[in-house]
Order: sequence, then structure tokens, then C-alpha cells
Amino acid sequence: MSSLSVEDVTVRFGGVVALDAVSLSAPDATVTGLIGPNGAGKTTLFNVITGLQASSAGAVRLGGEDISSLKAHHRARRGLARTFQRLEMFGSLTVRDNLLVAAESRGVPSPRAAVDDILARLGLGSLADTRANALPTGTSRLVELGRALATAPTVLLLDEPASGLDDHETEHFGQLLVELAADGLAILLVEHDVDLVMQVCSTVHVLDFGVRIASGGPAEVREDPGVQAAYLGEEVVA
Amino acid sequence: MTTFLTYTIIGLVVGAVYSIAASGLVLTYTTSGIFNFAHGAIGMVSAFSYWELRVHRGWPAPLALLVVILVLAPLMGLVIERSVVRRLRGASVEVTLVVTLGLLLALLNLSYYVWDPTLGRPLPRFFDGSKVRLLDVNISYHQLIVLAVGCVVAIGLRLLLGRTRVGLAMRAVVDDSDLLAMNAGDPERVTAFSWALGAALAALAGVLIAPLVTLDALSLTLLVVNAYAAAVIGRLRSLPLTFAGGLGLGLVVTYATGYFPQTESWDRLAAGVPTIALFIVLIFLPPAGVARAQASSRRVPGLPSTVAVTASAIAFAAATVVVARGATLSNLISLGDVLGFGIILLSLVLLTGFGGQVSLCQLTFAGIGALAVGKVGANPLGFLVAACGAGAVGALVALPAVRLRGLYLALVTLAFARFADVVVFPNSAAFGSGDRLAVDRFELGPVSFAGERMYFVLLGVVFAATAAGLLTLRRSSFGRRLSAMSDSPAACATVGIDVTRTKLAVFAISAAMAGVGGGLFGGLHTGVSANDFTMLGCLTLLLLVVLGGIGHVSGAILGSATLGVIAAIKPGVAEPVQRILDLAPGVVVMLVLASVPDGVAGWWGQRVESIRAWRRSDLRSPTQEARTDVQLVG
Repeated sequence: MSSLSVEDVTVRFGGVVALDAVSLSAPDATVTGLIGPNGAGKTTLFNVITGLQASSAGAVRLGGEDISSLKAHHRARRGLARTFQRLEMFGSLTVRDNLLVAAESRGVPSPRAAVDDILARLGLGSLADTRANALPTGTSRLVELGRALATAPTVLLLDEPASGLDDHETEHFGQLLVELAADGLAILLVEHDVDLVMQVCSTVHVLDFGVRIASGGPAEVREDPGVQAAYLGEEVVA
Repeated sequence: MTTFLTYTIIGLVVGAVYSIAASGLVLTYTTSGIFNFAHGAIGMVSAFSYWELRVHRGWPAPLALLVVILVLAPLMGLVIERSVVRRLRGASVEVTLVVTLGLLLALLNLSYYVWDPTLGRPLPRFFDGSKVRLLDVNISYHQLIVLAVGCVVAIGLRLLLGRTRVGLAMRAVVDDSDLLAMNAGDPERVTAFSWALGAALAALAGVLIAPLVTLDALSLTLLVVNAYAAAVIGRLRSLPLTFAGGLGLGLVVTYATGYFPQTESWDRLAAGVPTIALFIVLIFLPPAGVARAQASSRRVPGLPSTVAVTASAIAFAAATVVVARGATLSNLISLGDVLGFGIILLSLVLLTGFGGQVSLCQLTFAGIGALAVGKVGANPLGFLVAACGAGAVGALVALPAVRLRGLYLALVTLAFARFADVVVFPNSAAFGSGDRLAVDRFELGPVSFAGERMYFVLLGVVFAATAAGLLTLRRSSFGRRLSAMSDSPAACATVGIDVTRTKLAVFAISAAMAGVGGGLFGGLHTGVSANDFTMLGCLTLLLLVVLGGIGHVSGAILGSATLGVIAAIKPGVAEPVQRILDLAPGVVVMLVLASVPDGVAGWWGQRVESIRAWRRSDLRSPTQEARTDVQLVG
């Protein structure tokens, strides 16, 4: 069963079509990749899914229920969580409070204990009492991930979560994503680190100029000439 | 029919002035991102300058107009852009609006300094009021000129923006100033030009309307509040819609004034029509997307421990007991003002400092509280009505604006303060015009706080308890939600927080706090009048708490103490010094806020924090430092 599905979502900004009848799904217990060049519409699609951006047409379903008309906070309360490409931290709060505010608003039982577990899992325990706006970018992305996890989601949208991490940290991060998916989470991953996407995703969708140009397993997508031309280009061809 | 045509002509004339003023406002806002609350004050200073040259010095009208509109006003715009606007790049919305409010107060007080407000200054209409008769309606040349100028400005702006190189650059700076810079454009020059042009339009509006109304600094400054609705109809970016909105508004205001029954109450209501129009426009305005986090220089103070908070509150209350025993009765009233205003300012610390929301009508809520206590009684029920009444009104005022961006909340609250000033408070059912409503001092069963000393202690205890309550609230789930909302409304929504409801809640709580403060303030003076809760008073209070440090409870007492000090020394100094004291808050805010956005309390907190950090680093050995390194992913 697919936890998240997007059906024919279209977004127009004046005369510009940012998303053109895009459909895709993110099944439970898997990491699904969403890649594409800059300006392809990946973040716009995330905004539509989470309710921060209205779509011109199409539907978003969560666990089969059409959530297209729901406001962002109602979607979050139904189990949809995300991180942001451009950081959206609660900078004046400590790392622990960033997660706590999320757990409390979702009504997670024993929120403090749940938050401490997540902090430990992400290796953020020693930074729990640090003000979030004092953190470097890579660590901030982990805090955003922790905040999303603190809402006890069923679907997790990650927008460039590995940017700012070094190779070692990225490798750990990939393992973490696989573990989270193994716990049952449906993860939709937007990431420019193609190696990471190919390593952890079971299915990859490719967007270009707002249109889904390919979908399939990592190897299949890698070999797709349209994808190579539009996005992977020289890197893969070489 | 003739009456209707007459009203229509007058309405179009007034509307043309609104349109000209509002288009200048939109022009500067779109090109610099700063909503200039002092736009009306620029128009007012220009109108007075025109009077100075035309009437006082006897210059011919064309020359005086040329100098004021094409030289003085643009120069004023350029100076403001260079000295104030540029320094505000990247500043938060609350800092930018407080700085332009400071400019408004500074220009207003400057005009009082230069032109004695007690003297009448009749300003002749163009062509000495000569008229033509059209369809049985007398139309003065002045009115015709206003209409013609309105058309010329509308067409001129359209041509400027659509057909000229500088217009293209102005539109480019709105879209992306960085991109313009990369393409060999100069965004700063374009913004400076927009401010010069905006100031010229403000001057034009001021000079055209001043002969039709009284040349009064305050009413001319606030005339632009009426133009807000026009600017909002244009969503603060569309000039054609702004023009249409201005004309429509002018017509509605004039028809209301003309056709409402000729009684005092209806006259007041007619004067409040622009505010009602603004509310209606806001209700129908489509919501903006959820606001993303903005880079802010604001630093939020650390949370003191519960023990420290309790000890400080007890110490503060104890100090008021000591002061109450030692101070003279008249000093107790002055010091009581500091505490009373302090309680009202604490409501702004909660709303703006913690919640990131803006209110320019906090003193109006205090007035509602004082009114409730005056009417119901200075007992627990009276204060309950004060809190609930002010809270409910606060929620109603905020309701149309909270789903929009912060600036709209500022506009609607300022308009509400003006509405209360003009329509609500002077009404005989409220304070009455020039009357004083008796407000008793608090009683709790057999315990009476009627004496000055007891009442002062009561104020001290309430201030300390409220401040401690706020600090405790910051540790609570609601407090965390407020901080989160202030930092990133978008992220809040994606973790399940209902941002609109949280904004409404904090607005209502803060209005309720101000209501209670107003009731206590009324008791201190055993009576209040409409003059105690004016819109200008609201702005001054906001400026002072921002200077004190709006993110800190100590900022509230610093702000109200500054007000107390000014009030205490003012009667004993010469008039020029008094005027300088009036000017001071606005000027200081303009000069220092861009560099010290956290106010005095924030600045001091940072100094203390740096000294502590320096001491810690001095005591720490290199091995200890290495141990603090953190493995980010385990």
C-alpha cells in the first residue's frame, strides 16, 4: 500500500508551468528518490504535498485519503513531515526544544523521552541544550530531520538533507535513512548527491521542467538517455 | 441630484489625494521593502513648508510649489533613504516599521518645534477659490487642479514604469535587486530615486489637501492612515488598483460624511469609514503563503531558572514596598506610572518580543480595560471584564490580518488605534469628548488599595508577578510554540502547529494583559480620559519598549522608566528643551535601532554573555576544549 501518492499535480505561476500533471507515489517502508536539475520543480512539489503551496490541479493522498484541501498543519497531524532545502530552524530554541515543540504539537505521548531517543539516534545528544541558530548547516539539517521525526510521521519528505555533510557523515546518514525506512516510514528524498540516492532508494523519479520524465529502479534511471541528457549528463556519461 | 454630484466631485477630489499619497507609499514599499509609516509626515512637513514660503514669506504659488515638491520633498526622501533605509537592509519587519514610526514621531515633533501648533495657518486655495459651474454644481479651480493632477500622476507613473529605462530598473529592483546589480544596474540608486519620487508624491498630496482642510500637523500626518486601505486594495504593489482604491475610498468617505445624519456620533463614524474599509478589504484579501523564516538579527535572551525568576520577582515586589514607605505621595504617582505603563509594555514583550507579532494599538486595549474598570467597578469582576473585553476586541482586530503577513497586522492595529481615537473613545458612552471617567482603585473584599502607598505596592506586585509569569510561560509548551512561530511560521505549520490560532491566542492574551494594565493605570490616577489612550501614545510606547529591549521583561521597565523620566523632567525645563524631549524617542530609534535591534536590555545581555564566555575560555584548558568537539552522526 502506498502511503503517499500524488496524482496529476499541476502548479502554474502566471504563465509558467512549474509542475505539469506530475504523479508519483512513495510506498511504506521504502526510500523513494526524487531528482532533477535545479528549477525542475522538486521543492514546489514538496510544498504542494505539505500544503505550503496550493496546486492548480491534481490531488495529494495520504494513506488513501485525499488531503488536498487540508491546511499544512492538518496534514502534519495526519503523519506528514518534512525538512527544508533552505533551512527553517526554530533558531531561538535549543536543539531539544526544536524537537519538543514538534512532538508536543503532534500530541506524542511522553514527548521528552521520545525526543531524547531521537536525539540519541541522530547523535545530537551532546548538543541538546545548544541554541539551534549557533549550529553549522550540516548539523542544522540533522536537527530538522530530528524535528520531523519527533512528529512521529508515517511519511517523511527530505529536501536536500545531506548537503553540508562530509563524506563520512553522508555515509552514516544513508544508513540512517535505510533504518528509518525499515521501521516502516515512507521516505521521499530530494537529493543532489546522486551516489546517495542510488545507494538508498528503491525507486527514483526524475523531474525536468515540471514534468516527470522517468521513473524506475536506480540502475534503470541511471541508464535512461532522457535522464542523462536532462540531469545526470556528463557525470554519468563520463 | 445636485447634492449627489457635489458629493461625487468632493469625493473624487479627496480620492485623488488618497490615490497620490497611496501610490507614493506603494512605490517606496515595492522598491525598498520598507513600509514608510512616515509618508504622511513627509506630506505634512511639505504642506507646512509650502505655507512658510507661500504665505509667510509671500513667494508666488508656482515657485513655492516647485521648491517644495521638486526640491525639498525629494531631498527629504533622499536623506531618509540614505540615512535610514539603507541601514535597514535585512532587518526584521518589526525593526523597519518601528524605525519609520520613529521617523513619523520625529517629523511630527519637528513640525511642532518649527511651527507653533497653537497658531492657525490658513492656506489659500489655488486661484483664490475661483469656481466654474458645471451641471449645476460649483467646482473650484482648486478641485479641478487636484483632479487633473491625479490624472497626470496616474498616467505619468504608468508611463514612467512602463516606457522609461529608470521605470524598467524600478520594476527590476522589485523583482530581484541582486540580479539587477549583476546586470550592471544600480539598485541603491533606483531605490533612492523611488524614495525621492515617493516623497514628492507625499508632498503633492499634502500641498493639494492642506488648503481644503485645516493646516494641522497631526491630522495631515494621519491623513495617510486613510490611504492605507487604498494601498492595501492594490496589495501594496499594484499602482492602478491603488489609484482605483483611493478614488473609491474618497467617494465612500464623502458620501458617508454627507449622507449620515448630522449628529456628533454619526460624524465620528463617518471619520472612521476608512478604517472600516481597511478591515473589509483585509477580510477579502487572499491569504499570502505561509511565511518562511527570515534572517533576523534578533537575539532571544536565555531562560533564567525558576528559582532565579521567583527570587527576582520577590525582590522587585519587596523593593516597591521599600519605595512606597520612603517616597513622597507625588513621586509615588510618577513611579506608579512607570509600573502601570510597565505592565502594559509587558503585553508587548509577550506579543512582539516572544511571539514576533506586531501591535500598534496596545494603549487602545489599555483604554478598553480602563473603560471596563471605570464602568463595572474596581473589583475582580471589573478586571475580569477588562481582560476579557480587551482580549476579545484584540482577537477581533487581529482576525482579518493574522492570516496575512506581519505588516498587515501593523496596518490594521494602527488603523484601529485611530478608529478608537476618533470614533470610540470620544463617544459619550465611553470616555466622552474632553470628559474624564472616574476609575476607582482596586478592592478585594475588605482589602482596599485606595491609599497611594498600598496602590503602589499593588502595582509593583502585579508587575513582578506578570514579568515572572511571562518568563515561566517561555518555558512552557505555549512559550515554545510562540518562539517557533516567531522563527519560522512555515516550519511550524509542517510540524502540526495551527499558526493562525496561535497568533490569535497570543494577540488576545496580550490585549487582555494591556486591558488589566489600563484598569490599574486608571485607578492610579482615579480617572482617565480619551487623551490618555491616543494613537500617538501607542506609537510612543512601542518605540520606548523597543528601545528598552522588546524581547526582555526588563525592556518593559526600561521603556516605561524612560517615559517616566521624560514626564518628570519636562515640566521643569524651558519650552525648547521640552520640544527636544518630545523629539528624542523618535530620533534615537531612527539612529540606533538598526545597529542595536535588541534594545538596551539586549545590548547589556550580550555584553554580560561575552564577558562570561571570555572568562570561561580563559579558564578552560586546551584538553577540555578538545573534549567538547562533537561527533555529529553517531
